[in-house]
Amino acid sequence: MKDKLDVKRLREDFPILHQTLQHGRPLVYLDNAATTQKPRAVINALVRYYERDNANIHRGVHELSQRSTAAFEDARTKVQGFLGAAHPSEIVFTRGTTEAINLVAQSFGRANVDSGDEVLISAMEHHSNIVPWQMLCEEKGARLRVVPIDDRGDLVLDELSRLLGPRTKLLAIAHVSNALGTVNPVREIIELAHERGVAVLVDGAQAVAHTRVDVRDLGCDFYCFSGHKLYGPTGIGALYGRSELLEAMAPWQGGGDMIASVTFEKTTYNVLPHKFEAGTPHIAGAIGLGVAIEYVQSVGLDAIAAYESELLAYATRALAGVPRVRLIGTARQKASVLSFVMQGVHPHDVGTILDQEGIAIRTGHHCAQPVMDRFDVPATARASLAFYNTRDEIDALVAGLGRVAEVFA
Amino acid sequence: MSDIRELYQSVILDHNKRPRNFRKVDGANRRAEGYNPLCGDKVAVQLRIEDGVVRDVGFEGSGCAISTASASMMTESVKGRSLADAEQLFQRFHDLLTGETHAEPSVDEQAALGKLTVFSGVREYPARVKCATLVWHALHSALEGRADPVSTE
Repeated sequence: MKDKLDVKRLREDFPILHQTLQHGRPLVYLDNAATTQKPRAVINALVRYYERDNANIHRGVHELSQRSTAAFEDARTKVQGFLGAAHPSEIVFTRGTTEAINLVAQSFGRANVDSGDEVLISAMEHHSNIVPWQMLCEEKGARLRVVPIDDRGDLVLDELSRLLGPRTKLLAIAHVSNALGTVNPVREIIELAHERGVAVLVDGAQAVAHTRVDVRDLGCDFYCFSGHKLYGPTGIGALYGRSELLEAMAPWQGGGDMIASVTFEKTTYNVLPHKFEAGTPHIAGAIGLGVAIEYVQSVGLDAIAAYESELLAYATRALAGVPRVRLIGTARQKASVLSFVMQGVHPHDVGTILDQEGIAIRTGHHCAQPVMDRFDVPATARASLAFYNTRDEIDALVAGLGRVAEVFA
Repeated sequence: MSDIRELYQSVILDHNKRPRNFRKVDGANRRAEGYNPLCGDKVAVQLRIEDGVVRDVGFEGSGCAISTASASMMTESVKGRSLADAEQLFQRFHDLLTGETHAEPSVDEQAALGKLTVFSGVREYPARVKCATLVWHALHSALEGRADPVSTE
């Protein structure tokens, strides 16, 4: 294990970080929960693919098609290894986490959730882990139930246990909350759910860049994430599903590549995972994601987690010392997210003034309006960290907030 | 380098801190709501119109400094104006923030807009233009007597 990150050197891998913005300030990028920046290795992989290997996959007999097919399937194997799945066929490429959740809702959900059944989610979910289940419940006459969170932003586990009832067909829960940074005890939660025979989907969008994930150790039935939050390209992500579940599930989109044979009378479907991948996929994206995974593994997820945890603690202490600032989300275990409000200043005004200082943060409801309602704020400002962030950048954030306080004296 | 103070001018900060006509309007006969789904800003405008003139106007809601100040100053600017005048002011304000030209407003325009020209700085911040125009779209909708909430999207 590599235990100490050379952040100064690692920053050199990210060309975008070294720029001066229009107001003459160097970029301080603290919006990593929205999307991460891409290392040169990923950018080069995309260029190399289009310059050398570009061809459609799974059908051509020509050399380029064979090369791109091999690279695409090699990327699937990298995702398999990254998540600790038993077999590459348990990895379905999707456009991202949102599409993966919709796939499970439309395929597994439609087949397994009936009128009067229940789908359980938590109060800290991103809209993408709320709306697909609402749509399913509406269609089926099922009920969406919500596990509450406490004032720190921790799940109320007793309530979770109580809400796992005889009618619960699926529990869908974030591994890490995008709005609060809470790390949920997913292993324990999955155990609880499985004791009641309830399948579990884990939304790992905010987790995979910050912590080691092993789906078999967790015991989850479905796990999904987006490439672009893991230093990879946008438009590509993955769904892990236990093979017996995926086998039993019907395809959710029809088209090319997902079939074994088609006549006007009958179509037989392709084997896993291809039956869930209709149409030409984002080949370059998948290859780029594979390279991003290799990059992250070469840096070392344990070293990343240790560094980020230390940086989060530093930033939490620093923000606690800024007058008028209140952190939203103070869970016992957190990852890389600092959501906050500043007394007397709307988060948008905070964001605009920080932008003037070259500091990129996110402001708004973070696609988690129920979380905003829970904490009775219209919106928050959110700084979110990656391993390429530094203490100097946290200091710049604190100085920027000083400037906000000056303007809104 | 544009200074942040050109956006957050003292007039704007003052109206944000102490919004004028932040209230319901007695005997209101026109209403409209504006909503910016991007940031969750909500504003409700109420008008009392008599003899084709805006006799009273108020607003309620929550938003950033730009949207709050814009709403507050809108109420001061349209009170006492005829419907046609108020509608024209909406157009001028809209043009001030979204117009192609980045030239300073002409003397005529400045005179018509009065204090509202402090919002010309918002033009330099494309992400914030909707904050300033939201309440004006709600006003426009109320003047037309439409009931549906307006949205910036």
